Amino acid sequence: MGKKILMKGNEAVAEAAIRANCRFFFGYPITPQNEIPEYMSRELPKRGGVYLQAEAEFAAINMIYGAAGSGARVMTSSSSPGISLMAEGISYIIGAQLPCVLVNMVRGGPGLGNIAPAQSDYNQAVKGTTHGDVHLIVLAPSSIQEAVDLMYDAFDLADLYRNPVLVLGDGMIGQMMEPVEFKEATNKKLPPKTWAATGTRNSPDGKRRIINSLFMEPEDLESLNLALQKKYKEVVEKEVRYELYKMDSKLDVIFTAYGTTSRIVKYVIKKLEEEGIHAGLIRPITLWPFPQQIIGEYASNSSAKAFVSVEMSSGQMVEDVRLSVNGKKPVYFYGRTGGIVPEPKEIISYVKSIL
Amino acid sequence: MGKIVYEKSKGLTDTPLHYCPGCLHGVVHKLIAECLVELDILDKTIGVAPVGCAVFSYRYFNCDMHEAAHGRAPAVATGIKRALPDSVVFTYQGDGDLASIGTGDIVHVAHRGEKITTIFINNAIYGMTGGQMAPTTLPGQKTTTSPYGRDPAHCGMPYRVSEMLATIPSAAYITRVSVYDIPHIVRAKAAIKKAFQMQIEGKGFSLVEVLSTCPTNWGLTPIESISWLKENMEPYYPLGVYKDVSASEGGN
Repeated sequence: MGKKILMKGNEAVAEAAIRANCRFFFGYPITPQNEIPEYMSRELPKRGGVYLQAEAEFAAINMIYGAAGSGARVMTSSSSPGISLMAEGISYIIGAQLPCVLVNMVRGGPGLGNIAPAQSDYNQAVKGTTHGDVHLIVLAPSSIQEAVDLMYDAFDLADLYRNPVLVLGDGMIGQMMEPVEFKEATNKKLPPKTWAATGTRNSPDGKRRIINSLFMEPEDLESLNLALQKKYKEVVEKEVRYELYKMDSKLDVIFTAYGTTSRIVKYVIKKLEEEGIHAGLIRPITLWPFPQQIIGEYASNSSAKAFVSVEMSSGQMVEDVRLSVNGKKPVYFYGRTGGIVPEPKEIISYVKSIL
Repeated sequence: MGKIVYEKSKGLTDTPLHYCPGCLHGVVHKLIAECLVELDILDKTIGVAPVGCAVFSYRYFNCDMHEAAHGRAPAVATGIKRALPDSVVFTYQGDGDLASIGTGDIVHVAHRGEKITTIFINNAIYGMTGGQMAPTTLPGQKTTTSPYGRDPAHCGMPYRVSEMLATIPSAAYITRVSVYDIPHIVRAKAAIKKAFQMQIEGKGFSLVEVLSTCPTNWGLTPIESISWLKENMEPYYPLGVYKDVSASEGGN
């Protein structure tokens, strides 16, 4: 482990990617994530990598498609409207079963919205990034340190499952500075990329490779979809991650929150404790696969009267919480939008109003 | 047994082509395949197929292939070439793919001077989707979405891709050829070979525009199509070399 250094979220994410052996970055400027491409343009050429600024996000994601198909460890970063522009290319990458890492430092929407932190792209990330019957693996850090740690895992998960992994931050995670410590590359044993198209002279079996998502015969396309679903089932079984915070006491209320909002909720929990209200937090770290089972268990077994999902959205993750709770307890929602980060006092007052 | 004087290029697979009778894609495929073999680069070549009639070209070129989204082949090729700088990368694109939805991509691949080669098939119409108007459709030309003939007052005049790309500083070699008779096929092959050589020598972006036909969607026989190409397309899209940085260096 190295020493702790104070770093801005975006730059820390970029440094973590390089340490995780990412050597190719294609992107397009958009606030509030510009420090990522800026850092990459400065560092990658010095460290044996390639940074290239695309003419648009849809070009960047297709450069990723090309580089990923060539076997490169590759990533891009963007913010909400830019991810919308990448949607088509992401589907091709999933269809061709290629690994890559995407970072979305979410900003307020809809449309051009603004450049303040938001969690309004949850549904986009988890349910509707792109066309086809597909998923991204979605990781949601709540601190700069966790963002750094998750970057290493993001590349390994992408390579392991040959599927894009999305790191879903927000303008706060991107712009905030915190002390971070970088670990060495995981050097996890991963399957060799024998599927990569690098020229037949490099082909281990002498056969040519075709990187493709077009399958005109319905039976062939269904075979691809069944293969994807088999992979996704394995992801659901093996990769769910969450944090339980203060979930050990006699609970009156259970919060669900991720990313930036979860940190505010932790403070709220301490404040409520002072007033004799026992609250805990289930914080999803993987938004897909969603920690449905653990939420369901607490819905069945906990003394809590209700769940409250707190988000910087109009209520998106709360739908997954409701599915997980499955009617066993009431599920409430508190959120702010437009780039407003909710204040602890408003969350406290909301919780008191429902208990 | 006599001596073999002609055989199918090893640069093509044995898969039967799906193209319509009289379509010139097959001729251009053959020329590319022959060039890859003659330059001894087939085993380090990665081709990028477009969306359009040539969408299945990944079945035909006997090298590694990557199938791109509509218009995005130059961006995919960029990612491949940047990741594998010692490889040879080409895109094969029609006029709907390159000159309409992919205009930005082709302009910027030339602008960055990506060391890739694009073979651009211009037949003034969308083929695969069934004969709709393209940006390259000629004034008055009837298509399924310009049923009264393309009206320049309504949707402008067709633009000339090669002439436009030749204005871009980092474009190395831009030429327009055709393949409607033997002399033109010979010249087209020389142009395609030169385009790949420019890439191998690291000169920058090279593009060969090939004026082609679409008998099916033009509603003409293959022979009538060739006459139509010569009488209508060639005057508007003159054949010739529009950019050649090797010429200014005193090369050929």
